[in-house]
Amino acid sequence: MSLREGPFGEFRAPLAWTATAALVVAVVVAAALLLGSRGRAGDRRSHAAWRTAANAIAEPVGALLSAPVGWAGGGADAVANYILAGRQNADLKRQLALAAAWKDTALALRAENARYRAMMGVRTDPPIPMVLGRTVLEARGPFADTRLADVGSERGVIEGAPVLGEHGLVGRVVGVAPNASRILLLTDVESRTPVMVVRTNARAILTGDGGPNPELDYVRAHDPLRQGDRVMTSGDGGVYPRGLPVGVAVKGLDGAWRVALDCDAGPIDFVQILLFRDFSQLVPAGALAPRELPSAMTEEPSATLIGPAVKP
Amino acid sequence: MTITPETTRRLNPVLWLGVPAAICVVASVVLALPIRILGLPLPEPVVALVPAFAWAVIRPSVLPPFVLIILGLFLDLLWGDRPGFWPVCLLCAYAPVLAIRPILSGQEAWALWILYGAVAALALLVGVVLTALRTGAAPAFLGVFWQWLATAALFPFAHRLIARYEDADVRFR
Repeated sequence: MSLREGPFGEFRAPLAWTATAALVVAVVVAAALLLGSRGRAGDRRSHAAWRTAANAIAEPVGALLSAPVGWAGGGADAVANYILAGRQNADLKRQLALAAAWKDTALALRAENARYRAMMGVRTDPPIPMVLGRTVLEARGPFADTRLADVGSERGVIEGAPVLGEHGLVGRVVGVAPNASRILLLTDVESRTPVMVVRTNARAILTGDGGPNPELDYVRAHDPLRQGDRVMTSGDGGVYPRGLPVGVAVKGLDGAWRVALDCDAGPIDFVQILLFRDFSQLVPAGALAPRELPSAMTEEPSATLIGPAVKP
Repeated sequence: MTITPETTRRLNPVLWLGVPAAICVVASVVLALPIRILGLPLPEPVVALVPAFAWAVIRPSVLPPFVLIILGLFLDLLWGDRPGFWPVCLLCAYAPVLAIRPILSGQEAWALWILYGAVAALALLVGVVLTALRTGAAPAFLGVFWQWLATAALFPFAHRLIARYEDADVRFR
């Protein structure tokens, strides 16, 4: 039953006036309080003390009152968690999948770091500057066995530069671009590498044929080879420095002597490209420079046969 | 049958030449990536032999040989061979198929497969001869065999290409 239909229906106008009056009073009081707080310093201090006291009281009261709210909220959370367990499970699975992907990435990076460390351990004796590269494309067919590395002339790579893998000689550079270089592997049918057998010092030419084990041709020595003999670059011809590890001599099924390559022990993914031009770079600058000989007519006792080096 | 403009509608070169050539390029690059599966490298078939065979079967045309030259040059660049090596090999596969094309219509798929294997072997044989002439040493037989096997296994793609376009131009049906 509404107020209009009841016995107090006719009192609507006086109640409205009363309410309006109360509102006006409240506004006045509030205005008075507001204006009063901006008065004398003593009044401001008293107000501050009042607020401090009010806060001191309100805090435990509020804590006491809010405790049930917190409990209720916790209960609501528990219920919500129970209801939303399926969704949370899906979220967790998704996060787990992301974490697994990151784990794969971390493992891949760890493996890559290990390969980098292994490649950084590759040294030559005497030391030759190197450039680390990564192979990005391969040609593995019978007519071409090459790799494309991601470093080129911008990093100092030159045509003919020997290339080392983690375990031994891989081949040499046959083409250079500013940011890439083509590596001809020892197994390529065009590859010819002067090598030596460490045990007998016998010389040979390692000839690729597109298969995994290149053949030793033109072997020069008496009884030069046995199964398992170490084979290294001989340095003949000046294309490769002497002593780079190549592999081990094995007898092929066709009766020919072949080489099981050291570089086959691992993937040819990272390579060290030697910045090798010729042997003159392996000795100090000026050591191979022509020296001034003393005159044949001199009787100077301090004159020596080998005089000071002439600076180029 | 009366030859009308409708029955003699021409094949769209982009569709029957361009798209297969582009697929060959992409497939060759992908197969050249240094990917190892169970420690083994990817096979390296001569993917371009697929369209070389199929284009010759579909119909005679002026464009396919030139597209094959372009594809071959691309393979030379990709694999580091001398320029012209693969164009020659591909055209050596294309030419005999084009020559015997009239007797190929209506043949069963297995017969075409045998022929495809034969022309693939011919192309690789030409490659062996060219390599031997250039280097003085013949490539290892086993390597050639594996590449031939991987290439021969691609015949279903050639057959699909033939089936898609061989009736597109009724003048060469």
